[in-house]
Amino acid sequence: MASNENGAGKQEVLLEIRDLKTHFALDEGTVRAVDGVDLDVRRKQVVGVVGESGCGKSMTAMSVMRLVPPPGQIVEGEIRFHRQFDDRADAKDIVDLAQFESNDRQLRDIRGNQISMVFQEPMTALSPVRTVGKQITEAILLHQDVNKTEARDIAIETLARVKMPNPEQRFDDYPFQLSGGMRQRAVIAMALACRPQLLIADEPTTALDVTTEAQILDLMRELQAESDMAILYITHNLGVVAEMAEEVVVMYLGKVVERCDVDSIFYNPKHPYTRGLLNSIPRLEDVLQDKREKLNAIEGMVPSPYQRLQGCAFHPRCPDFMPGVCDEAEPQLIQLEEGHAVRCHLYT
Amino acid sequence: MIVYIIQRVMRMIPLLFLLSLVAFLIIQLPPGDYLTEHINALRASGRDVDEAEVERLMKQYALDRPMHVQYLTWIQNILLKGSFGQSFQWGRPVNEVIGDKMALTFLLAIFTTIFVWAISVPIGIYVSVRQYTFTDYLFTMIGFIGLAVPGFLLAMVVMYFSFAWFGLKVGGLFSPAFELEPWSIAKFQNMLTRIWVPVLILGIGGTAHIIRIMRATMLDELRKQYVTVARSKGLSEFAVLMNYPVRIAINPLISSLGFLLPWIISGGTVVEIVLNLPTAAVVLYRSLLSQDMFLAGSFILLVGTLALVGSLLADIALAAVDPRIRFGSVEEM
Repeated sequence: MASNENGAGKQEVLLEIRDLKTHFALDEGTVRAVDGVDLDVRRKQVVGVVGESGCGKSMTAMSVMRLVPPPGQIVEGEIRFHRQFDDRADAKDIVDLAQFESNDRQLRDIRGNQISMVFQEPMTALSPVRTVGKQITEAILLHQDVNKTEARDIAIETLARVKMPNPEQRFDDYPFQLSGGMRQRAVIAMALACRPQLLIADEPTTALDVTTEAQILDLMRELQAESDMAILYITHNLGVVAEMAEEVVVMYLGKVVERCDVDSIFYNPKHPYTRGLLNSIPRLEDVLQDKREKLNAIEGMVPSPYQRLQGCAFHPRCPDFMPGVCDEAEPQLIQLEEGHAVRCHLYT
Repeated sequence: MIVYIIQRVMRMIPLLFLLSLVAFLIIQLPPGDYLTEHINALRASGRDVDEAEVERLMKQYALDRPMHVQYLTWIQNILLKGSFGQSFQWGRPVNEVIGDKMALTFLLAIFTTIFVWAISVPIGIYVSVRQYTFTDYLFTMIGFIGLAVPGFLLAMVVMYFSFAWFGLKVGGLFSPAFELEPWSIAKFQNMLTRIWVPVLILGIGGTAHIIRIMRATMLDELRKQYVTVARSKGLSEFAVLMNYPVRIAINPLISSLGFLLPWIISGGTVVEIVLNLPTAAVVLYRSLLSQDMFLAGSFILLVGTLALVGSLLADIALAAVDPRIRFGSVEEM
């Protein structure tokens, strides 16, 4: 895939997700949270994953981390991680993360080390009874060959990198002594402590106020720029995507419906769902000129997760619904032009 | 932390006062007192009563005076002389009667707790990560059977079978040879060979309780995000469990430690009587029957005090493991 992608600084692939299916077998039926996702992340690239709640974006991330909560299970697909070692720049090792048991030693060696994750709720992401420092050094001691004092130095240095005020004092603080923004910085420091090649950020700013959100976004951009880290950024906020991502993946009901670079998503969206999403963003100028009073919403509701729709999953809500086509066959992901793919019958 | 401890100790003082009042009132509630009963019994059997001796005892404990004076005399003797009065039944000072029994009860309580915790905390953790599996149901069932079977019944069954099958008499805490001996290492060893029976019987009733508490708090904690975050660092599942959810789930258990002694005394009485143990519960029970007021009152006072001290120690231990309490900022998490 990476070979036919455009863009100036073409980088080698870091993560390839192929036909990933993560299902939850519940009493009420099977929930296909992730239902055949293909996704690539190249080195140093920021990929944004957007979609409504329940579209499977978080579960895609959790699948990569292999932290899908039971009864969720990866039932099909590959998650190929191109592992690189610091001491051997040329040597590469491709591992399929989907194959491991979720508590496998080799997997744990990658988790928190080469791939790490920042979670949504900084308030609950840290244990209240252990100091911030302890929780950060834990990962360092686990993955790096250092002693406790060195680990402490690395942790404080990382806290400084995420612009934590007074990192040395904060090191011995408990999470409840920090503000929300400071906690999220601590959580980010925890994820960055081992200098991962891939950082998965699952709505890291959703729970924060707007000012803090802006600071954290700036910080993440800076950190990404100064290191060789790629970011898989999961959000429902298109504004954040515009700010952070180079490439965007739009998901709907466990499937990728559109994939393109960040400019195309805003100026040349193809899939009716993507257009609907963009259309639902209130524009300040429209409001000021009284052009529209109501927010534009996508018609209808996300269908029940237990229901399996025939044809395109979006057809009951689609403004461009073509009877006899969209409710019959399932559309495939079609390559429209270089780096722009869409899953819609309009383009077949 | 020091401020916290001082605050807690200060709060104990009024509680202790109330406790002594209640203990005194309880022993005063039944009509009559031991001395009058005793004199009556002696007179009825036609024996002579040493009037001077009666007079002396009456005076010493102010038994002929109003109740508040009696209370003051009693509490004064305890606070100033450290004397809990005379046990009429045993004919010895209360201090002598209590000392030994209290120590044994304490030992029994400690052994039982260690036994209960050693069994139920690991099981509680295990079943919480295997919720709704066969093992979960199995341990729940075993636990509830243990909870439902009355301790004295279990005691009798154990006694019967150990005698019928092994010819062992498991009653008591010591072999007859050591019964009246002063404390020695040999006596202690002898006790260890026998104490496991009451520990087992008293403990089985408690395991189900602790397993359920541990399982429930673990299930609450396991759902929290910090557990997933800990896993995302690459820690092994065991390290995640021990360092994260268990650290918090154990707190309710620590704070319940203070009520250990009252639990053994009130809950284990029948078992201890059946097993013929020389523990405090049995002595308390007999003293209440015979209106041995100073013995009973002192027991209630002592047990209550120990419960208060126990909960103080439990609170300090809790503050030591939970910084949220130490810093006085408990928030919902």
